[in-house]
Amino acid sequence: MELMTAPSIAEQPTPKAKSSSGCLRPHIEVENLNLYIQNNHILKNINLAIPDKSITCIIGPSGCGKTTLLRTFNRLHDGSVDVKITGKLFVDCEDIYAKDTEVTHIRKKMGLLAQRPCSLPMSIIDNVVYGPRIHGVRGKRKLYAIARHQLNAVGLWGEVKDRLKSPASKLSIGQQQRLCLARGLAVEPEIILGDEATSALDPISSKTIEELFLSIKDKYTIVLVTHTLRQAKRIADYVAFMYMGELIEFGTADQVFNHPKHKLTKEYISGGFS
Amino acid sequence: MKKLEEKIFKILMIGSTVLILSILLYILYVIMKKGLPSLSWDMISKIPSGGFYLGKEGGILNAIMGSLYLIFFSVVISLMISVPVVMYLNFTLRRKSKLAAFARLTFDVLFGIPSIVYGAFGFTVMIYFGLQASLLGGIIAISLLIIPVMIRSIDEVAILIPNDLVEATKSLGATNYETIKVITRQLLPGISTAVLLSVGRGIGDAATVLFTAGYTDSIPTSLTQPTASLPLAIFFQLSSPVEEVQNRAYAAALVLTIIILTLSFAARYFSRRLSKNKI
Repeated sequence: MELMTAPSIAEQPTPKAKSSSGCLRPHIEVENLNLYIQNNHILKNINLAIPDKSITCIIGPSGCGKTTLLRTFNRLHDGSVDVKITGKLFVDCEDIYAKDTEVTHIRKKMGLLAQRPCSLPMSIIDNVVYGPRIHGVRGKRKLYAIARHQLNAVGLWGEVKDRLKSPASKLSIGQQQRLCLARGLAVEPEIILGDEATSALDPISSKTIEELFLSIKDKYTIVLVTHTLRQAKRIADYVAFMYMGELIEFGTADQVFNHPKHKLTKEYISGGFS
Repeated sequence: MKKLEEKIFKILMIGSTVLILSILLYILYVIMKKGLPSLSWDMISKIPSGGFYLGKEGGILNAIMGSLYLIFFSVVISLMISVPVVMYLNFTLRRKSKLAAFARLTFDVLFGIPSIVYGAFGFTVMIYFGLQASLLGGIIAISLLIIPVMIRSIDEVAILIPNDLVEATKSLGATNYETIKVITRQLLPGISTAVLLSVGRGIGDAATVLFTAGYTDSIPTSLTQPTASLPLAIFFQLSSPVEEVQNRAYAAALVLTIIILTLSFAARYFSRRLSKNKI
């Protein structure tokens, strides 16, 4: 089977990248990334540059390595000894798998939304300001302002402003997912990672989350792993299609969905397999 | 047929509940009946004077304070050892780690060791270091006794902590230490239950303190002094031929029961408050 490698940076639609440090790469760039779990080759030579300030959806059938790839972005595999990673992964021009890279500083640049929202065992407001707090922000008023701003950004302020001190676990699961997003935004990341962030939510809550993504995409680089093609069609600017650990195709949503270059992509999109 | 089966099991279940409850109530009844008449303010506010064990003036304040000292310091020491052990077992080692499995087995074995063995072991160690029976010796022996209890009961709760919580915290840029603090918050109700269980086991145990803490009529003022304890106060008084002294043993038992009940209710109350934020 002939597989197409991802387009190089040159032919990519609009990989604009400029951070304050004069970095010329996009926020996230993956180069020849390979990942093995107990000698199983899970990710095979991935090359991918994720365009800034837009929504990129990673799609593909179950077990194709979407989530594994997403978790490499903020080094969540660090805890597992079985995992071996080769290749380079640049976040703001910094190779995050280099020896002297400090992991907390990388993770601070990214907010992660898990499949099921996981609120921290504390009150609503403490959940939102947890990140700022561990990164050294002090002062009640300042923290309150952050909480208010971020809860507003995810449309939760009106619903919780009278019970900021009550346990986060009392919120509905949809509200908790928005709380987790607010908590992620509060550390002022540049990138937001979503691992099937709406799959545990009811339709209305997932719609709210999708709309949130759309409303904040001009400020953040958003990477979503999604299982539902329809969701990708609704919100993606760019789409990466993965199959059996390989990146088959990457391009704008319009191109991938309407004029897929690869046979496998065409088949997957038309529902040939899932 | 099915119905009969259901009925038999229902009767069995109700029967065993009633049996256990009535045994508990009967124990309470016996200690109250025998102990209450001897329980006076003097009893819990004075230390024994000369001839106390022959039925004269005095109280068991020495034993009450001794037991409280012993259990307080043992619980603090055990917590300082148990919590890190549980964290290591659950969050540093992998789920299927052989070392963790072996450690858990070891703690189960230690859990099952009779308390007199801990007492004898503590005694040997003390002789080796040339120590006399003392508050310190008692604290060490009781700590040895309750650490396995504590580790196993905190561990039961720690196993249930979702990996998502660890990842959620880490993905916000938290260090390992900060992550452990969040996990500890989630563990708090479990820790309070563990403390309750170990207090129950530690404070009521006579065999561990028999050789290690000794017995004395005064309240200890330093770690190297011997100390009295309630279980031994009960034991010594009960073995007296004087009936009045025997009744005082029941009064001491009543005091011990009241302390344990109070601590249980306090622990339940705190546990409920602490689990407020639990996810």
